[in-house]
Amino acid sequence: MDVVMLSRLQFAAATMFHFLFVPLTLGLSFLVAYMETKYVRTGEEIYLSMTKFWGKLFLINFALGVVTGITLEFQFGTNWSRYSKFMGDIFGSLLAIEATVAFFLESTLIGVWVFGWKKLSKKAHAVVMWLIASAGTISAFWILAANGWMQHPVGYTIRDGRAEVVDFAAVVFNKFALLEFFHTVPGAYVLSGFFVMGISAYHLIKKQHIDFFTKSFKIGLIFALASSIFVAVEGDMHAVHVTKVQPEKLAAMEAHWETTTKAPIHLFAIPDEKNQKNVIEIGSIPGMLSFLGYHDVSAEVRGLKDFPVDERPPVLLTFIAFRGMVGLGTYFILITIIGVFLRNKLVENPFYLKVMLYSIPLPYIAIELGWILAEVGRQPWIVYGLMKTSEASSPVAASQVCVSLIAFILLYGLLGAVGFYLIAKNAVKGPVVNND
Amino acid sequence: MVLETIWFFLWGLLWAIFFIADGFDFGVGTLYPFLGKSDEDKRIMINSIGPLWDGNEVWLITAGGVTFAAFPILYAVMFSSLYSALMLILFALILRGVSFEFRGQVDNPRWRQTWDICIFVGSIAPALLFGVAFANIYQGIPIDVDGVYHGTLFTLLNPYGLLGGLLYLTFFMLHGAIWLAIKTNGDLQQRAIGTADKLWPAVLILAVLFLVYSKFATSLYINYFAHPVLFLVIAITVLALVGIKVFLTKKTFFKAWFASAITIVGATFFGVIGLYPNMFPSNINPDFNITAHNASSSPLTLKIMLTVVVIFIPIVIGYQIWAYNLFKGKVTTEELEY
Repeated sequence: MDVVMLSRLQFAAATMFHFLFVPLTLGLSFLVAYMETKYVRTGEEIYLSMTKFWGKLFLINFALGVVTGITLEFQFGTNWSRYSKFMGDIFGSLLAIEATVAFFLESTLIGVWVFGWKKLSKKAHAVVMWLIASAGTISAFWILAANGWMQHPVGYTIRDGRAEVVDFAAVVFNKFALLEFFHTVPGAYVLSGFFVMGISAYHLIKKQHIDFFTKSFKIGLIFALASSIFVAVEGDMHAVHVTKVQPEKLAAMEAHWETTTKAPIHLFAIPDEKNQKNVIEIGSIPGMLSFLGYHDVSAEVRGLKDFPVDERPPVLLTFIAFRGMVGLGTYFILITIIGVFLRNKLVENPFYLKVMLYSIPLPYIAIELGWILAEVGRQPWIVYGLMKTSEASSPVAASQVCVSLIAFILLYGLLGAVGFYLIAKNAVKGPVVNND
Repeated sequence: MVLETIWFFLWGLLWAIFFIADGFDFGVGTLYPFLGKSDEDKRIMINSIGPLWDGNEVWLITAGGVTFAAFPILYAVMFSSLYSALMLILFALILRGVSFEFRGQVDNPRWRQTWDICIFVGSIAPALLFGVAFANIYQGIPIDVDGVYHGTLFTLLNPYGLLGGLLYLTFFMLHGAIWLAIKTNGDLQQRAIGTADKLWPAVLILAVLFLVYSKFATSLYINYFAHPVLFLVIAITVLALVGIKVFLTKKTFFKAWFASAITIVGATFFGVIGLYPNMFPSNINPDFNITAHNASSSPLTLKIMLTVVVIFIPIVIGYQIWAYNLFKGKVTTEELEY
């Protein structure tokens, strides 16, 4: 394998692993802040033990998110130096702003929250968690502004062979980035809600700490329900924008080969990239793709054959990722709506609780699929329309990247196993103070 | 260009702050197996940096981010050239970070021993490697006209590079020992003070060696001889280094720590000033040098970033001082979180 492929694999492994922890940090921080505020307002001990129990899981997850994030910033330099030279002027500043404006606050305050129980007033201690949660959200904004620029570059000019910023506001308020932000962050809330509901379900099945976990379940439920509906509606707007600015990504999402009006969506299909067609198409709904892309069933949708072969994204992976993400997203809405009806008789519905327990991994899968769709669907470009991924890697030896890739996989595999073990161990142990 | 020069020194300053802030964390982690005789000692040691290390580490992210934003070409050439060294640093930092969090999670001696080793390795490796990397930058790196590196990890492990690594390591160990003298009581504190007393002459000898060796191995002194007033920086650094000893003898540890911080800033700026305007000199041909002028971003980006940094860095320093102040005083066994 060449340096480009090895570097892509390494970046994919590093980001996807990092993103196993980021969404829970984004969502659970707000839930813990809410629980702690409830405690400050009501003085009820149960909310304190909720804060401590969920807070502990939050912290283990947070530690893994932080350490795996460090490598990402540096990989643009180590593995993608030609890319960094080309667009550091814009991309670098967004990353630097993220660190200065948000990540500093989050990292400084996390220590204050952990060690500050006796040093701060109850109120101030709760405020610290709200600030941690807000800082995390602000971080997400800047990181997604950076990714949004790779998807849809705006506000720049090409000078001396590199992209330079001319309109910084256009870069920051890039519509593509904003759509990504309002998709990714609520997606993280769905994941966090399911995490809380799933662990609560485990204890409710065992009929232990019933009051504690019913309260927790309901908090997770409301959070996940509202967010999953928001994500779906927003995702629809996102698809319309993608149709406009990345038409080949849309075509790949649906394995749509020929330019047609009333373009269909196939419920099931197997794309054959070599022969530029789908081997099997089952359950085609005419006009659906036109509707998805243009909110008009008779609109013309450009097919993959409209684009040069070397500018098409990998179809199969993009197609599967989109399908999986949308299918799971629909499931999240339905299963949380059922939860609304069952919310006051959870213990009497062990089957539903079991479903919720085993649903914990699903939002993780959905979110990773979403990123595969966004990133693989942008190929062969690293910056859409401006720079190809194949031109972006560093002039380093393949052996070097090979060694670091193996080290990444071993280290991350080990950390993932330990992290999973510790989160599961603490989750199963349940709250320390029993207020049932 | 004035902007580029401002950014050059801001860049140096951010690295210097990182070395002060995370430097004592590295020092504590390196001394950890030697000074931590009991499990309680060890817990006190990691709790002495517990609330602070995470915020300290962000100075590295910021130094890296600012390198990317203000000098993208430097960022690209520097980190791809130092590929393996940087990967080792990052892996070490990952291990260190999770170890603090994980160590206390399972009550089992072997579990704790495993993370103890990770804390040690995760602290000593970055301390050494940052020194090796910066000494090599002072000396010049084998990069060609396209910024392509012609060497391996072992190219960096030359005598001057290794001396730089040892110097940084002992700097940070001394910095960490003094921190422990501030934060602990009893036997542990006595051991920390004893270690600081023993480390100080080592730092002095290594620092003098480094200053002399730099005359032969690097062109850092050219700027100093062109503007002899700059020798004041070296003088202040040496003075601060002597100050550490004075304050240690007087048992005023906070002052000693502050002197140690000034020594670290001075040592960083000794190199940064000597480099100017170079940021990543080539030892193949000086025409290939990466400088503040040929590596920088557009004036607009430099201005935007300057605005961000001028507003936010003081705010960051403000709330970090607040956090340090919140956790001042000795670490006691009743307040251990890790």
